[in-house]
Amino acid sequence: MALLKLDNTVMRFGGLTAVNKFSTEISDNELCALIGPNGSGKTTIFNIITGIYTPTSGSIRFNGTEITGMRPDLITKLGIARTFQNIRLFKGLNVVENVEVGHHLRLKSDPMSAILSLPGYKEEEANIRKEALELLGSLELAHLAYEVATSLPYGQQRKLEIARALATRPRLLLLDEPAAGMNPKEAEELMQFILHVLETFKISVFLIEHQMRVVMGICPRIIVIDHGETIAEGTPEEIQNNNRVIEAYLGVDDYAGN
Amino acid sequence: MKKLSRNTILSIIALAAIVGFMVYAENTFNPYLLRILNLCAVYTIFAVTFNLVYGFTGQFSLGHAGFAAIGAYIGALLTMSPAQKQANFFLEPIVPFLANIELPFILAIIVGGLGAALVGSLVAWPALRLKGDYLAIATLGFSEIIRVLLVNMQPVTNGALGLKGIPDYTNLYWSWGTAAVCIFVCKRLVDSNYGHALKAIRDDEIVAEALGVSLSYHKLLAFFTSAFFIGSAGALFANLISTIDPKVFLFFLAYQIVGITVMGGMGSLTGSVISAFLYTIFLEFLRPIESPFNIGSIQVPGIPGMRMVIFSALLLMVILFYRRGLMGSSEFSWDWVVAKASALRGLFTGNGKPGTDQTGKED
Amino acid sequence: MTLPLFFQHLANGISLGSLYALIAIGYTMVYGILRLINFAHGDVVMLGAYMAFYMIAIFRLPWWVSFPVAIVITAVMGVVIERAAYKPLREFPRINLFTSAVAVSFLIENLGIVIFGGRPKAFERPAFMDITIRIGKVTIVSYTLVIILTALVLFGGLLVLVNYTKTGKAMRALSKDIETTGLMGVDTNRIISIAFAVGSALAAAGGILTAIKFPQINPLMGVMPGLKAFIAAVLGGIGNIPGAMIGGFILGVSEIMIVAFLPDLAGYRDAFAYSILILLLLFRPTGIMGEAQAEKV
Repeated sequence: MALLKLDNTVMRFGGLTAVNKFSTEISDNELCALIGPNGSGKTTIFNIITGIYTPTSGSIRFNGTEITGMRPDLITKLGIARTFQNIRLFKGLNVVENVEVGHHLRLKSDPMSAILSLPGYKEEEANIRKEALELLGSLELAHLAYEVATSLPYGQQRKLEIARALATRPRLLLLDEPAAGMNPKEAEELMQFILHVLETFKISVFLIEHQMRVVMGICPRIIVIDHGETIAEGTPEEIQNNNRVIEAYLGVDDYAGN
Repeated sequence: MKKLSRNTILSIIALAAIVGFMVYAENTFNPYLLRILNLCAVYTIFAVTFNLVYGFTGQFSLGHAGFAAIGAYIGALLTMSPAQKQANFFLEPIVPFLANIELPFILAIIVGGLGAALVGSLVAWPALRLKGDYLAIATLGFSEIIRVLLVNMQPVTNGALGLKGIPDYTNLYWSWGTAAVCIFVCKRLVDSNYGHALKAIRDDEIVAEALGVSLSYHKLLAFFTSAFFIGSAGALFANLISTIDPKVFLFFLAYQIVGITVMGGMGSLTGSVISAFLYTIFLEFLRPIESPFNIGSIQVPGIPGMRMVIFSALLLMVILFYRRGLMGSSEFSWDWVVAKASALRGLFTGNGKPGTDQTGKED
Repeated sequence: MTLPLFFQHLANGISLGSLYALIAIGYTMVYGILRLINFAHGDVVMLGAYMAFYMIAIFRLPWWVSFPVAIVITAVMGVVIERAAYKPLREFPRINLFTSAVAVSFLIENLGIVIFGGRPKAFERPAFMDITIRIGKVTIVSYTLVIILTALVLFGGLLVLVNYTKTGKAMRALSKDIETTGLMGVDTNRIISIAFAVGSALAAAGGILTAIKFPQINPLMGVMPGLKAFIAAVLGGIGNIPGAMIGGFILGVSEIMIVAFLPDLAGYRDAFAYSILILLLLFRPTGIMGEAQAEKV
């Protein structure tokens, strides 16, 4: 059974159709990329999956459960996590606290225990801190744990966002342009990290990217969309030779390997 | 026995000193001074709870006046004796089940708090759908609806006439006891993982939700907690000034609370406490300028309402030029105090450079 | 309820609605451009009334001089408020703008109490507005009609400004997309100031007409009309000028009719308006004519 299944999802905003009968399936432990020109609807699809938008029609199933139009936090609790196109770290929290927000959904102690500093809560708090620091360590961010999150260099901030999403222990991770603004070396490191995460945690990753080199080299399966519809799907070789894809990207430098 | 850290020892000493001061004050200070100190506690609770909802959770709620009113009326009706109630409700007799109730003060405070908390929780629901200034106006409307209800429900609240002769049970132990509990609860909440969630909601609600944080649960938590304490503060207030009527709880009160909290620093509980103190004291200190006074042999006519003008002008200055307020988002810490004290000592004895932390040892 | 009585109430309702509409326009114009609820707008209403009062009481100017002068002075005040308290905060998180608006409102109300005195003052109604007219069995005082006519004239002028002038076009552009419009060479600051000036002028007119109606003024007189006018603006669709007018009329007429048909609930009339507001914000925040504003994620 597919981990994630989108079935003919449509998203209309007034007169504008942003997503037009988009269907796909993501399996367990799979790495899949979603590419397409600007404005083709990629982030909208992510927003539909994660519950920020309710699709005009169509359905989304995760692990067999119908999640169409479910509240975002409930969807995350089921096991889907995401990052955003623009970096959106919590300004008022430091690095490790940002990550701990991702752990929050597993907190069992109620507020009263927290207020009274009961042992049950204290233990959970310590565990969460430990896990958060470990997660930061695996991304080589541990030494910055107590810095103000927004004071980090750009590349580190992006990694922090991913660490934060991973803290929710997702089965499916949606990454919206994770390598944006990174130089080729950083992007390469990031992709290696994503592969590492895939193998270690046995999760699936569905990512949106613009940098073709990043995507072509690593992702075994690529979906290309334009104007909210799938125009091609397959391996990097198949995509590169697809006429429709070449047409959609005509004039955009990115395709030539940036 | 667990070894106590230096900070804990300092806190215990400070607490003992404060309690000692309260005992001394209750027994020696004149009623006027005591009233000011009690008012400081009430305003402290108002400011701290507003900070919880706005400074820490990012919800701009102007409903405070309404919640305080509920707490005040419940507190008053539960502590007044049947005779006092009968004397008050001469226009229309009081609703029967309230006529003979007379409860100990602590119950009145708690029930007042719970009543306000229940209503405050209702506000959490619109808070899920409304942002920023829309929420502000909606909560303002809410607060005013409460006030209109208070004015019109004659058999319950005595309408526009208000309640007179409320027993003055409020003393420093009650007011500062409640304030201490309030500060403790809010501080613990904010420092805990629940605090992370609240601040996350404040900073970026959409991302917080995407990380699995339930917006409804946490906003409800913030509103319920703050409304509970505002309600208890209302009850304390009623039993302090002995007379209440709906006009006391005009939205003006909400504006004042916003002012106090902003000036203290959104996101700093310490700032709210300090600011509440300064506000209450400043208000009293400047009271003379509202009645005629003498400069030398010239009589200067008093300017009623001048204090509020000064306060609101100051508030605007802070918002425009000193947005962080007094404490920004920093909190009081013994480490800071000790470091400053050591630096001072260093200055006098010539040892160490100012700013050097000579207190490194911590256990 | 007899028919003549009904018409009387209707006339009063439309008259009250005109007042709300005049004030609501200011809210909606500012919100359309700056996405800010100008809490201080209601107090501008009060300032207009007091300026007119002092023109008449102190300078002994006839009403047809005092009223326009008061409106102009108040318009200037509106611009000053914007420049001093809102403009500096435009680049900061919106939270600061809201708090500033609240603080400004608070300050103006307190200044009003101190400078004008807390006790209400009687407002001199110009003679021709004080005539009682009898049409059949319907009795209305002429100011009711004056209010409606003045409002209609002002609305007409405003619609011409917004739809047929360059400035109006700039305002409409700014309310759609403030950044891009600025980049197109439109002097954003100037247009915003004009919007505040026009909104404040209309509010001042509303204040003066309110003063004529009651005929009393006090420093807090703008709060209630301000809040109700805001509700009217939301009802019509915040950011939409014809919407503000429609919202104003609907609110005014409903308020009068409800009190007329259910006199026992008269004390709750304000609670009524607030309830409408809360219900609107929860279930139909775009109002009657507004467009949904999707937040880009």
